[in-house]
Amino acid sequence: MKRFIGKRAIASAISLVGLVILVFFLSRLTGDPTDLYLPIDATQEMRDRFRELHGLNDPLIVQFGHYVADLARLDFVESIRQARPAMDVVLEGFRWTLTLAVITMTLVTVAAIVIGSLAAFNVGGVFDRITSFFSLIGASAPDFWIAIVGIVIFSVQLRWLPTSGTGTMWHWILPISVLFIRPFGLILQVVRGAMITALSSAYVKTAKAKGVPPRPIIFVHALRNAMLPVITVIGDQAAGILNGAVVVETIFGFPGIGKQMIDAILQRDFAVILAAIMVSAIAIFLMNLLIDLAYALLDPRIRY
Amino acid sequence: MIQTNSSLAKERGRLATVLRLLWADKFACFAALVLLTVVLCAVLGPIWLSDEATRQNLRGRNAPPFELERGLMYILGADQLGRPLLPRMIVAARNTMAVAAGAVICSMVIGSALGLVAGYTRSRWSQVIMRLGDVIMSFPSLLLAVIVLYMLEPSVANIVLVLAITRIPIYLRTTRAEVLEVRERMFVQAARVMGTSDRRIVFRHILPVVMPTLITIATLDFAFVMLAESSLSFLGIGIQPPEITWGLMVSQGRPYLTNAWWLSFWPGLAIILTTLSLNLLSAWMRIALDPVQRWRLEMGGRKNG
Repeated sequence: MKRFIGKRAIASAISLVGLVILVFFLSRLTGDPTDLYLPIDATQEMRDRFRELHGLNDPLIVQFGHYVADLARLDFVESIRQARPAMDVVLEGFRWTLTLAVITMTLVTVAAIVIGSLAAFNVGGVFDRITSFFSLIGASAPDFWIAIVGIVIFSVQLRWLPTSGTGTMWHWILPISVLFIRPFGLILQVVRGAMITALSSAYVKTAKAKGVPPRPIIFVHALRNAMLPVITVIGDQAAGILNGAVVVETIFGFPGIGKQMIDAILQRDFAVILAAIMVSAIAIFLMNLLIDLAYALLDPRIRY
Repeated sequence: MIQTNSSLAKERGRLATVLRLLWADKFACFAALVLLTVVLCAVLGPIWLSDEATRQNLRGRNAPPFELERGLMYILGADQLGRPLLPRMIVAARNTMAVAAGAVICSMVIGSALGLVAGYTRSRWSQVIMRLGDVIMSFPSLLLAVIVLYMLEPSVANIVLVLAITRIPIYLRTTRAEVLEVRERMFVQAARVMGTSDRRIVFRHILPVVMPTLITIATLDFAFVMLAESSLSFLGIGIQPPEITWGLMVSQGRPYLTNAWWLSFWPGLAIILTTLSLNLLSAWMRIALDPVQRWRLEMGGRKNG
């Protein structure tokens, strides 16, 4: 078990190092932050001082050396735009995104498992057809489109919900509903497929023959065995929200890590880009680890 | 079944079988029709309509849909510069399809080739390939695409490249898993005993067995890639104007949401219809290409839930 986690951690660390190097050099190729942060009529002297202050005068490779040295002391360098440690900026955004992801994925998981299991219990029935159809539409819809249609209907026309920002509970409803739709559609289909297989197995027939009522059959006998593929997709989708809520966060002005990242890229705030990449890569690593542990928990045959 | 010796007739017989299986599933039939329309638009649309799609008509700015006084072209309304939406969407189909098709084909070819190698040989290379797949999987793909595109000029080729790279692991893993299983089957063993070369075994005996799965995944992935491209274009780092895609059209209509909803609505609907059709078709393929499940369609399509 420990060896397995260690091996995984080493592999992830290697890819993280590669990623940091790649992004470090690529991001500096986009241009000089001086042009963005100082007014057009800034004197050469002011420019030089700005460049000196943020260490932009050295050759790229020296800058990289400095950055690695700072990282070794767990210093993630200051954000140029916000003049405070980049890690603080990123972690603040990550907290918002994490909250969003946890709430959304909890709702999605519960809804998809319950509805998908019930649909699988009566394949081809009315309930099954309706849910299949809607889950397909949900899995096909682009989230940015749903987001803006949602804003038009619920914020502009009906004036029930705020268009963007955070603050009250109401601000969370639209982003969560938009993020809910696609994972819900995808996971529902996987649950349904896995449950159909599980329900046609011999032990379920035995349980039925013994006279076990339908509900325990679905949720106790079959579900546990159908969970493995479902968990894979849940993890995949959760990772997607953790690093890919960019679109929804941008539309709703939600200060999560995705929006921070886009802003940092557009503003050439290199330290924040790098810190955000590291945080989201670590988050994905932990997420995958959690999923592997869940496998072992659900299926005693799986050992690491 | 038609039984003739000529290969043409055989080909026709196969096509008839496919059409019959398609007809058995009405949803898949509808999906195939939608996709056919989209592909026709993508191929023929720009030839006929590119003038129409870029002609500005300032008097028709944000013209509402369903009014025929300006002609059939304006049936879906017009955008902020008075350009008719219907021909614009038809022309935009080409870029949308080209990017998605390019990315899917690239990632499928590269991914499955690597997967065949990784699954068939037990060399050190297969380890290297799998680790490479893990590395790509552990990247936050959309964020990575954002960074790379912002830094490398968002051209069509770069978008295809970025999307293709992020999708390679899917094909890699699926192909390898299938090859590992197929390799141990009797007909492969027999071929090997008879002295068939590795290349012939892989392409002649293993690939045809793996292919249906790959095509099913590719169909599903096409929808995913299309949505990813739309998201990138929507964020402003995908396709750049004056080129158009559906995602870009949605984003261009966003400032006018309150007074001209149709600017964003129609292109979004086009995206949904296309991805929905791809999903439906992929579900049908999973059944039609699987010899164990095909009877569901051959029975007359009642029980193909």
